[in-house]
Amino acid sequence: MTAPSAVPLPYRVVSHRDETDDTATIVLEPAGAPLPPFAPGQFAMVYAFGVGDVPLSVCGIDGNRLTHTVRAVGAISSALRALRPGDCVGVRGPFGTGWGLPEAAGDDLLVVAGGIGLAPLRPLVLAALATPERYGRLNVLVGAREPGDLLYPAELTGWQADARVLTTVDRADERWQGDVGVVTTLLDRASFDPHSATAFVCGPEPMIRATADDLVQRGVQPDRIRVSLERTMHCGTGHCGHCQLGPLLLCRDGPVVTWTRARSLLLVREL
Amino acid sequence: MTDDEVATAVLDKDGLDALIAVLVARGRTVVGPTVRDGAIVLAELSDGADLPYGWGVELEAGLYRLRAREDGAAFAHSAGPQSWKTFLHPPRVRQWTALRGADGALVMTADASVPPSYAFLGVRPCDLRAIAIQDRVLTGGMYSDPAYVGRRERAFLVAVECTEPGATCFCVSMGSGPAAGPGYDLALTEVVDGDGHRFLVRAGSAEGESVLAELPARVADAATRTAARDRVAEAADRMGRSMPLVDLQVLMRETLTAERWDDVAARCLTCGNCTMACPTCFCTSVEDVTDLTGDHAERWRHWESCFDRDFSHLPTGPVRDSSHSRYRQWATHKLGTWHDQFGSSGCVGCGRCIVWCPVGIDITEEAHALNREWESGAAEGTR
Repeated sequence: MTAPSAVPLPYRVVSHRDETDDTATIVLEPAGAPLPPFAPGQFAMVYAFGVGDVPLSVCGIDGNRLTHTVRAVGAISSALRALRPGDCVGVRGPFGTGWGLPEAAGDDLLVVAGGIGLAPLRPLVLAALATPERYGRLNVLVGAREPGDLLYPAELTGWQADARVLTTVDRADERWQGDVGVVTTLLDRASFDPHSATAFVCGPEPMIRATADDLVQRGVQPDRIRVSLERTMHCGTGHCGHCQLGPLLLCRDGPVVTWTRARSLLLVREL
Repeated sequence: MTDDEVATAVLDKDGLDALIAVLVARGRTVVGPTVRDGAIVLAELSDGADLPYGWGVELEAGLYRLRAREDGAAFAHSAGPQSWKTFLHPPRVRQWTALRGADGALVMTADASVPPSYAFLGVRPCDLRAIAIQDRVLTGGMYSDPAYVGRRERAFLVAVECTEPGATCFCVSMGSGPAAGPGYDLALTEVVDGDGHRFLVRAGSAEGESVLAELPARVADAATRTAARDRVAEAADRMGRSMPLVDLQVLMRETLTAERWDDVAARCLTCGNCTMACPTCFCTSVEDVTDLTGDHAERWRHWESCFDRDFSHLPTGPVRDSSHSRYRQWATHKLGTWHDQFGSSGCVGCGRCIVWCPVGIDITEEAHALNREWESGAAEGTR
């Protein structure tokens, strides 16, 4: 048998839910043998028949089922967003580093998401909620461009019972009653001890930089800030070269890296 | 090991013909240097007459010319426009096919075509190192590339040590020549002098020994051994180029914001020739094609260049938009971050990128300039 890292395995779409105007969540079930188990933060290469494959973080792991939230930004992601139950895709993986939540045992947790960046953080939040005795206080801080861009609004409400969940938008509409501003403005109201906290950050690069810098100023150690970075990927296996960020191959050394490693690299323009 | 410690043999020109015949008889596709279209290219050889006897090359930045030689040597030339990656990591490969059945079910199948069983004749020491580097990139990590492994495992390598470096060569700086390092099945050293035209041979593998046993070879005499050793040693003193004597990994890391990148960007056409000619550049892109029925799709992979704007494409635009950043990516990867990613330099000092650059950009000259700027304290890196 060929390694599932090289040739995709068939998966079938069992559900589709529109999240926003350009984003949908699909649940995939193996049509035959399953891939090895995924950890939160890892990604799959998901293949739309005849169109191509793109890296998608897992945003839900339920037995052998994989959940992905996909935003239509190109031909492949548009084809994946348009999938309906019964459709078939190919999946390779799991690839990349995970969030490493177990290493944060005993710490207060800061989950900071911008836009679609909440998707890869969702399985981390679910894992932390499932084992609250292992961790300190759980904070989920979410920013979005507009209220209509907020992912998983019902779940965010549900998490409030066991976590401090704060949301903000860049531009409010007439119905929005909450915060307006960038996600870092929520940090003042998060409950955490900066000297024993681990942060997990995903979103656009400027948001990652602003959040990590803010956290460092508040006393969080850079190696306890984990950020998930994005570069284009064609293989997932470290062979195509597209996902380089200086010394890192993000499909292999990432997508989750510590701020200690990422900071100096993100300071260099067009690295 | 030195030649004196390894059993060595001597072949004459007929012996080289016999080597090709034996390899062909073993079912191998023999590929080696031959003159074609005004260059010494790598192509399938049918017999020894295809070798570039009596041809050398004149090399400079942006310049490659064949030059006739009076000594009739077959391997008195340095790197040509191609490298062995053309055969081991081909420009285009089909990776897998996908079939869509009546119920929409997909079946994906790995490409099952059996690659040729190659024998490479005339692998220069720099290129032998380049193959070892691509071995680490494509097979040394968590995942092995099936297309590369299939070709590499079957390949038989006949190295030929370098006795005639070109003006653009700097293998001594990169520690990859002119003597052959490990990894060959057979290694030859060409000697042309008053005692005749002959090749000192040593085996580096069991199969190499078995092939050598079938050849009309004679036990190496002391004069031939000495002549071969001296010619390789002299070649080391005749390198046309050199790198600055600093840790290049550190130099690249510390000069990411150097002004020199603007200088080279003003000259660089971002054509990607250097990446195509480089024997270690491995980057690829994939493309998906379907047939007219729409139910049969194929996944193809082709060489890609980091000089292409789309190479770093993201939904927000290319990460490396400027030619400044694209040349810097290539050079810092080759000389610097390759160490972080794969445990060695990505440069072997073959000089191809210098020769085949249409505007004659010279990576050794750029490294010297970066070093001067760094030593003057003007450049800053990432820490």
